[in-house]
Amino acid sequence: MVLWILLVLAAGAAVYYGIRFEGSLKQRDRHAMIALSAITVVILGVQLYRAELLGEIFIEPFAFMGEAPDLFVQVLWQGFVDGTLYALIALGFVLIFKASGVFNFAQGIMVVFGALSLVGLHAAGVPAWGALVLALVIMGVLAVGVERIVLRPLVNQEPIILFMATIGLWYFLIGFGELIFGGEPKVMITEQLGLPTGRWRFDILGGRVNVNQLDVAAAAIAVLLVTGLGIFFNKTRIGRALRAVADDHQAAMSVGISLNQIWRIVWFAAGIVALATGIMWGAKSDVSFALAIVALKALPVLILGGFTSIPGAIVGGLIIGIGEKMAEFYWGPLVGGSIESWFPYFLALIFLLFRPQGLFGDKIIDRI
Amino acid sequence: MSFKKLALGIGAAGMLASGLFAASTPAQAEDTIYVPLLTYRTGAFAGSGVPIANGLHDYLAMLNERDGGVGGARLIIEECETGYNAQKGVECYESTKGNGAIVYNPFSTGITLQLIPKAPVDEIPILSMGYGLSATAVGETFPWTFNAPATYWSQMSAIITHINEQGDGIAGQKIGFIYLDVGYGREPIDLLDALAADMGFEVVKVPVAVAEMQSQSSHWLQVRRENPDWMIMWGWGAMNPTAIKEAINIDYPMDRFIGVWWSGGDSDLRPAGDDAIGYLSANFHATGTDFPAIQDILTHVVDAGLSQASRESVGENYYNRGLMNSVLIAEGIRTAQELTGKVAITGADMRMGLENMNLSEERLAEIGLAGFTNPITVTCEDHAGAHPIYLQQWNGAGWEAASDWITPMRDRVRPLLEAAAEAYVADKPDWETQSCN
Repeated sequence: MVLWILLVLAAGAAVYYGIRFEGSLKQRDRHAMIALSAITVVILGVQLYRAELLGEIFIEPFAFMGEAPDLFVQVLWQGFVDGTLYALIALGFVLIFKASGVFNFAQGIMVVFGALSLVGLHAAGVPAWGALVLALVIMGVLAVGVERIVLRPLVNQEPIILFMATIGLWYFLIGFGELIFGGEPKVMITEQLGLPTGRWRFDILGGRVNVNQLDVAAAAIAVLLVTGLGIFFNKTRIGRALRAVADDHQAAMSVGISLNQIWRIVWFAAGIVALATGIMWGAKSDVSFALAIVALKALPVLILGGFTSIPGAIVGGLIIGIGEKMAEFYWGPLVGGSIESWFPYFLALIFLLFRPQGLFGDKIIDRI
Repeated sequence: MSFKKLALGIGAAGMLASGLFAASTPAQAEDTIYVPLLTYRTGAFAGSGVPIANGLHDYLAMLNERDGGVGGARLIIEECETGYNAQKGVECYESTKGNGAIVYNPFSTGITLQLIPKAPVDEIPILSMGYGLSATAVGETFPWTFNAPATYWSQMSAIITHINEQGDGIAGQKIGFIYLDVGYGREPIDLLDALAADMGFEVVKVPVAVAEMQSQSSHWLQVRRENPDWMIMWGWGAMNPTAIKEAINIDYPMDRFIGVWWSGGDSDLRPAGDDAIGYLSANFHATGTDFPAIQDILTHVVDAGLSQASRESVGENYYNRGLMNSVLIAEGIRTAQELTGKVAITGADMRMGLENMNLSEERLAEIGLAGFTNPITVTCEDHAGAHPIYLQQWNGAGWEAASDWITPMRDRVRPLLEAAAEAYVADKPDWETQSCN
């Protein structure tokens, strides 16, 4: 059935492409493509209908939303919570991309490294809040180290070189982290940090909605961090310098902006974001190197929101978070489940069809 | 000296040193037996891999320290890091088999599947203790692979037996099955479907992709929607603690949630702590340190600084799982030595030793592990044995036995295993089988 659905979507996309990009094909070819694609859509649609799949795809999930509104609200809430955390992770990528034009592949392992530092320091006897401060210092040292050892020697190199350097950083931090902290998973010091661990149960909408207090705290902290960093980088002098660096390294340096300082600041900000993500996600599961995988959930958010847009990261995170939960819950069982891992990419690609530059990205105009 | 030159110097020195270390690996002498251990102390699954690796290593190290090895042969124990990655596992196999390896313990179904065809070619047996390809229990078809004390299918049938013995039986009930969506997690599905058809229960399957191991809220909302009477989990690594926390979030009763024996690590339950009290997990050996052999490990290995395990972690479930695996290795070696009269045995001898192993109650008592596990016998026909399992229950800080020994449904499982074995070799005309008559 997956094949059928994909064929319908592919044919639909072909129709759209034929209509939208009229200049890229000869008139006759364009008409032929639209006609053929439309026929394919109709044939496949009839097949789906005959197999009673149309109802399962387009009617039953929505009917179930009405039948069990408590579950609908629960799914929305879980999607919102995860979405805010995706936005937070994506923000880490966006900040570094804006400053250096590089996709920081090491963002995921920075999440693990930050969380392990915090838990490791606490296990060594440092009080929770002291460990938090020291973990922030470690992320600061990491930022300075990355700027001094990795980025500075690569100034004015191609972005792909910088990207490769961040892959190297990923492996270095994995090895270094395992050397220092070991490979065993740790328990996040949730209560010691004063984060709530209880649960509210609301008997509403003919059922129940469970809300973890930790999720509320996670969403609140994510919103605060995203807003704070957004304001910092949009409304301050450093923010303007960041935008200048993003536009042109050499031009920014020529007007006295310190590229190295900007890089240290954005890497530190990305480190703060990584630490916050590590705390929140570590509390939902455990603190292990598997957390690095979570950061890759931000990739479709970046595709959707654009690599340079802070609002894009926020809105993209929420769309992906809610979208993937809804898809897995309401449509996942139709195809045997486990669609959450690829559905965000599919959703992002659909958006890209209409906005190739991402939701909030600038329209790309190349003058020839 | 510039920073760059210093860094390059350190790197070069490190490479030279590692080369020297590799070159100085002790050569195998007549009175030694080389036992490579494919372990994973790093990566996303290290939480389960580290305690297993410690248990594997420490029991063998204890035999070396206390007895001078096994049957007069000192064991050369060498770990190779697989990261629970099939490709790396095969690399470990290829790089160590030439050292005279007598047995491999892949500790990964993915790696096991890769090594099964290599075992008869290289004449080194595979011991996939309680994991791997269930069909390899059919000894006639898979002479070189062993999966005692029980296959995944035996385990699933025992879990279903347990559920069937509660209340009004399993007929008409809904059983949820949440699993890591890889070969390991999918392994028992055929049996579960067959049992569902035979016994009249419904199965709701909830696959969890590796990328979603730590993000399972929608999967557990699916469970809440389906409201199964029991949940069975085939999880691993970070999937386990996340699943248990999410089950708590949806108010799923812990005492109706049963994990495979790979979903019962102490580190899996610690993040949930008291909230997970009542959670059940299958097992085939005891936990704790109240056994003379484990006390010897503490004395001769841990306290002597020869182990990577902390003293407190000795006796945890996965530590004892690794230890149990090494017990089977050591008993296989002993049996092979008795059968061949050799001290330093080969892989082919070890295969014979594993195939004739009889870990009786008396023998368990002799080696300081009385009551640690149910007696285990392996035969030419049956390389797993369908030995009984039991359920253990989380009490907030550790595990307690929660059932008697449960006998798997051998009559139902064996024909399915034989059919699966036949299907495996159907397209392999040169596959080497053996006759057990």
